[in-house]
Amino acid sequence: MNRQTLGYGLLLALGIAAPILVYPILVMKVLCFALFACAFNLLIGYTGLLSFGHAAFLGAAGYVAGHAIKVWEFPPELGLLLGTLTSAVLGWIFGVLAIRRAGIYFAMITLALAQMMYFIFLQAPFTGAEDGLQGVPRGKLLGFVDLSNDINLYYVVLTIFIFAFWLIHRTIHSPFGQVLKAIRENEARAISLGYDVAKYKLLAFVLSATLAGLAGATKMLVFRFATLTDAHWHTSGEVVLMTLLGGMGTVLGPVVGAGIIVTLQDQLADKVGSLVTVIMGAIFVVCVLVFRRGIVGELGALYKRVIGTR
Amino acid sequence: MSEVFGVPVQALLGQLMLGLVNGSFYAMLSLGLAVIFGMLNIINFAHGAFYMMGAFIAWMGLEYLGIGYWWSLFLAPVGVGLLGIAIERSMLQWLYKLDHLYGLLLTFGLALVLEGLFRDLYGVSGQPYTIPDELTGAFNLGFMFLPKYRAWIIVSSLTVCFFTWFMIEKTRLGAYLRAATENPRLTQAFGINVPLMVMLTYGFGVALAGFAGVLAAPALQVSPLMGSHLIIVVFAVVVIGGMGSILGSILTGLGLGVIEGLTKVFYPEASATVVFFIMVLVLLLRPAGLFGREK
Repeated sequence: MNRQTLGYGLLLALGIAAPILVYPILVMKVLCFALFACAFNLLIGYTGLLSFGHAAFLGAAGYVAGHAIKVWEFPPELGLLLGTLTSAVLGWIFGVLAIRRAGIYFAMITLALAQMMYFIFLQAPFTGAEDGLQGVPRGKLLGFVDLSNDINLYYVVLTIFIFAFWLIHRTIHSPFGQVLKAIRENEARAISLGYDVAKYKLLAFVLSATLAGLAGATKMLVFRFATLTDAHWHTSGEVVLMTLLGGMGTVLGPVVGAGIIVTLQDQLADKVGSLVTVIMGAIFVVCVLVFRRGIVGELGALYKRVIGTR
Repeated sequence: MSEVFGVPVQALLGQLMLGLVNGSFYAMLSLGLAVIFGMLNIINFAHGAFYMMGAFIAWMGLEYLGIGYWWSLFLAPVGVGLLGIAIERSMLQWLYKLDHLYGLLLTFGLALVLEGLFRDLYGVSGQPYTIPDELTGAFNLGFMFLPKYRAWIIVSSLTVCFFTWFMIEKTRLGAYLRAATENPRLTQAFGINVPLMVMLTYGFGVALAGFAGVLAAPALQVSPLMGSHLIIVVFAVVVIGGMGSILGSILTGLGLGVIEGLTKVFYPEASATVVFFIMVLVLLLRPAGLFGREK
C-alpha cells in the first residue's frame, strides 16, 4: 500500500513538473486522451463491454461545451459541466439500446449509434459541419483564473484529470466495481447471485460516457475548437488502441497507452502523413496477436513472476 | 399518374432503383459477414476494406494491365479471397480460442492498414472506372428509363446471393459447413477437415466482398474510403437482421436499401441516418433482430 502511494506521489510530481519540461499543449492533449481512455477502460477492462462508439461522447461534449461558451457566453466551468452532462444523457440513451444485445452485437450497435451521431453533427446547424466549431474563447475560470494562459489552463486540466482518475479508482475498488468485475468474469453467475446485471451495465456505461464527455469538453477548451474528427469512428478506434496497448483492465494502462499514441501521432504527423493510420493499424494487429495484456499488464505479470520466485 | 404524394413517379422509381442497388451491396456484404461469423465467430471489420480492394484491383487491372471488366469480375474476388486466406492462416487462426472481441480488434487493425495504404498511394479523391460497353445505355421500360448497369448490379448480386444460399442450404458441402458451424469438434471427429473449411469460408466470405467491390467500381468512384463508409451501415443492417439466417441477411439488406432510397425522395436530410434509426427501433421492439437468434 505504501509503495502504491509512493508511486502515485511520484506520478503527481511528474504531472506538476511536466509543463516546464514539455510543451504544455501536448501534455494537456495527453491528459485529455488519458482521461478518455480511462473512461473507456472502465467498460472494456472492468465490465467486459467493448464500446466502439465512444467518439460520440467525446465529440458531443466538445460541441455542446463549445457552443455554450462561444454563443451563449457561458463561463468555462459551466460550459464544461453542460458538455459533460450532455454526454451523460447520450450515454444513457446509447446504453439503454446497446445493452439489449451482448458481446459482438454490443460493439456493432455502439459503432452504428456513434456513426448516426456523426451524421447528425455533420448536418446540425450549430456544429459548423466540415469546418467545425472554431475560435471558442477559454475565458476565466470562476471569474478570476485566466485560462488563456497555457500554464494556468494546464493546472486546471491536471486537476480535472486527477479528480476523474480518483473517481475511476474509487469506482473500481468499490463494491459496485466488484460487481462489475463479477459480470465481466461470469455474467450468468452474477445474475444467479441476484444482481440486476442490466442496471449495473447501464450505470457503468453512463459513468464511462460522462467521463469521456468530460475529456471531450476539456479537450475542446484546450484547443479552442471542436471538429468532426472527435466524433469520427477513427477516434473510437484510437481509444480502443490506447487502452489495448497500455493494458486493458489495469488502472494505469490507458494513461500509458494514451501517452504513447498521442506522442507518436504528434511526432509522426509531419514525417509520414497518411501512413500514420497504417502504423496505428499495425500496432493494433501486433497487440492483438502477441501482446494482449498490454504494456502495464505485461510489466505487472513480469513483476509478479520476479517477486514470486524470490 | 405522374405524381405520388407530390413526388414525380420518375424520380420515385429512380430512387427505388438506386435503393435496390445499394441494397444489393448491403445484402452481399452482410451475407459475407454472416457466413464468416457463423464459422469463425469473428466479426470481420476488414470486410469494407476487402470490398474497397476488390474495386481497386479492378481499377488497377484496367489502368496498368489493360484487364477488362469481365476478367476483373472473376480475378479481383479470387485475389481478395487469396489475401483473405493468407490472413486467416497467418493471424486469425490464433484467435479462435479467445474472446470474440479480439477478432473484431484484429480485423479493425487490418482495415486501418489496408485503408491507410491505399490512401497513401491514391489519396482520398475517387478514381473513375468506365462502365463496360455491353452495359452502357438504358432500357426503356415505357414508364421509366432503367440504366443497364444498375439492372446488372441487382441481377448479378441477387444471383450470387442465391448461389451462396443454395450452396449452404442445399448441397453436401453446405451440410458439412452447417455441421461445422453447429459443432466443430464433433464434425471433425467424423473425419471432416474443419480447419480447411474455416479457411475456405473466410476466403469465400471476403471474396464476396471483393466481388461487390468490382460491381461497385463503375457505379461509384473507386476511393480508399468507400469501404469503411459502407461497413458501418452494413453492421447496422446485420444488427437489424440478425446473423442467424442467410435468407434473412439478404432480405434485410435489400429492404433497407429500398427504405434508404425512399427516404432520399421524401426526406433527404435523413437518408444518411435512416438505417441507424431503424436499428434503434428494432432494438426497442425486437431486440434479437428480425431474423435473429442470439448466439
